[in-house]
Amino acid sequence: MGKPFCLRKAKVNQHLKIMTVSADGELGRRIRDMGLIPGTECKVIGKAPLNDPVALRLKDFTLTLRNSEADHITVTSAEA
Amino acid sequence: MTEYTLGIAGNPNCGKTTMFNSLTGSRQHVGNWPGVTVEKKIGHIKTGAHTIELVDLPGTYSLTAYTQEELVARNFLVDERPEVVIDVMNADALERNLYLAVQIMELGVPTVLGLNMMDEVRKNGKEIDGDKLAQLSGCSVVETVARHGQGTDELLRAAMNLADEKKGEWTPLHISYGPDLDPVLKEMEALIEANSFLTEKVPSRWTGIKYLEGDEDVIVKGRMANTKISDELAAMAAKVADHTQKTLNAAPDAIIADHRYGFIAGLIKGVVSYPVLSEDRISRSDAMDRVLTHKFFGPLIMLGIIYLIYKVTFTVGEIPMGWLEALFGLLGDAATAAIPEGYLQSLVVSGIIDGVGGVLGFVPLIMFMFLMISALEDSGYIARMAYMLDRVFKIFGLHGTSVLPFIVSGGIAGGCAVPGVMAARTLRSPKEKLATLFVAPYMTCGAKVPVFLMLSAAFFPENAATVMLTITLGAWGMALIVARILRSTVIKGASTPFVMELPPYRMPTLRGVLIHTWDRTWEYAKKAGTVILGISILIWAMMTFPELPADRIAHYEQQRAATQVEEQITAIDNAQSEEAVRHTFAGRIGTALEPISELAGFNWRVNIALTGGFAAKEVIVSTLGTAYSLGEIDAEEAAPLSERLVADPMFTKASAIALILFTMLYAPCFVTVVTMARESSWSWAMFSVVGSTSLAFGLAVLGYNITRAFL
Repeated sequence: MGKPFCLRKAKVNQHLKIMTVSADGELGRRIRDMGLIPGTECKVIGKAPLNDPVALRLKDFTLTLRNSEADHITVTSAEA
Repeated sequence: MTEYTLGIAGNPNCGKTTMFNSLTGSRQHVGNWPGVTVEKKIGHIKTGAHTIELVDLPGTYSLTAYTQEELVARNFLVDERPEVVIDVMNADALERNLYLAVQIMELGVPTVLGLNMMDEVRKNGKEIDGDKLAQLSGCSVVETVARHGQGTDELLRAAMNLADEKKGEWTPLHISYGPDLDPVLKEMEALIEANSFLTEKVPSRWTGIKYLEGDEDVIVKGRMANTKISDELAAMAAKVADHTQKTLNAAPDAIIADHRYGFIAGLIKGVVSYPVLSEDRISRSDAMDRVLTHKFFGPLIMLGIIYLIYKVTFTVGEIPMGWLEALFGLLGDAATAAIPEGYLQSLVVSGIIDGVGGVLGFVPLIMFMFLMISALEDSGYIARMAYMLDRVFKIFGLHGTSVLPFIVSGGIAGGCAVPGVMAARTLRSPKEKLATLFVAPYMTCGAKVPVFLMLSAAFFPENAATVMLTITLGAWGMALIVARILRSTVIKGASTPFVMELPPYRMPTLRGVLIHTWDRTWEYAKKAGTVILGISILIWAMMTFPELPADRIAHYEQQRAATQVEEQITAIDNAQSEEAVRHTFAGRIGTALEPISELAGFNWRVNIALTGGFAAKEVIVSTLGTAYSLGEIDAEEAAPLSERLVADPMFTKASAIALILFTMLYAPCFVTVVTMARESSWSWAMFSVVGSTSLAFGLAVLGYNITRAFL
């Protein structure tokens, strides 16, 4: 496990593990509703034509997230 | 005979509506209860001696108070106390779907878990042990595939059995929220119990959790019930929040979410088993996304699909539209023949049949558009469109999905704002939806096209095509700019988070698409018989009364009698109809507005036409024709009118530009306003009428004076 970094900086197809979610209020609620909580493993599987938003693959499903929202989430590399 | 009330809850995109349709089947009686932006559907089922009322709740991920949907769903559970809730779950994403289930269980409503989409689960090589889940969660569990109708009867039976067993008794689930929150929750519970605070409706622990989460809706209700206790609870919550913020750097609601997921992780540990090597297997859906959301090809394909929707709606939809027009034409002829000439005939033919017929004429367009949009929505593509376009639309305070209403409204010239405004339903974010509703009618709809064509043919004959293109692009520009202004003034506030599910691509079912289309089309058609009928009669009356006094009519009769030449008679007829129009209420309004409208170069004739255009933009050209005393003119053949306009020294190029600007932006037609009110609220629709008309007038005055100064 490497140093935590911001989800915005994650590369496509890099295996990640969520470390912290610092958003609160409605944004925090929406992020947590979708299962983005510390410990969750995920992978950026694509970026929209203008590099924002990004598509994030979780264990069971895919969701989208704007870069400005990804800024509230830190991850570490979970490469084996 | 027993009566049951069952609620159907679930995440968006879990097949909830399909389940509802499948359960109610052909025996359904579906009524729509419109809320502000959300609605719940109610269906009735009779099985043997039992009647079941089935309430389809809006799709939500959670039961907080952040969105209208969540509040509607939660308040239904709390206030109506259904015997049982059926939680329809996308079993393929069981963990996330259980997050809602757990919150329902914490409330205590007896719950049946419907593990839906089991076909996808099996296809993905996963296994789910339903019996074990039932044992661990204490809920009844039924496996279903709603789109094929599998397991739906079992689901209903399980719900009825559970209702009989529980007899309205609630047993709330108790989750531990860790060493920081549990002690304070316990204190809160004691305080709540001791004062019977809100306990007649919800469990005490649930109220405590909501205070910890800072749930505004519950806190407001709590204050109304007992301000002192409410404040005490809020103080306890604030104190522990302060503590957890310092020690764990997390707010209580985040801690609560973590523990709920922890609880869920424990639940599904032995329940779901994943196939080995699933990690790198690329699902068909992901493979499709590689092409369909490709950085370069994705937008191109999207353009193609949008163009196709548009093309099919307006070329195929035109055929049945023609039939309907012919049908109403026949009806009009029949009524003309059957009713003796007079007010009644005029009212029935010009008022009712033309008015209602004009509205019903849109039905085929709406049907075809919804047919395709429903199919796209069910397939999962709309979510991808939003994903690709979000970055651009975000700049203007809109949402990626806003593109669809824009295009349908006439983003490619020739659309229609009525289905366009209805297409805004795919928007889940309230602020963005309001802004989209407001500006979508700026687009060049099919009814505005003849106005623009006529004016550009008359005043810019060499550059007619360029002018049309400029108008279309100008409409886009104005829509985006006004949306930006709205989003930084009246509907200010951060954009709704774009945390959105990208569901796997699915083949839409014919049945699902047809039900969807029928529901939406019927809703629109129903209006034609009610509100629109009334307004049609009003507009007819305004353009008919008061009539010319008898001496004026006699005057024209005399003139007609004095001449034998055919052309002179036509000229006299035209003069009479012009005076008649000017004499009516609409004509008087037009004349009265002249001092103001002159600022933009509009004379009373243009005023009448624009007033009539509020009923339907198609009317602008024909009314202008009448007012310019050409008698009846067909909207399709605008040539003679344009010559007449050029010949009018009072109507200059500057007036033409002002009229183009005004027509582009002013109040949406009446049918659009009614539709807009249904999709948002009457106050928003009225604001759109007043706001857009003021903006249109301001720009028309500006355009008129600038053009006059330079040309």
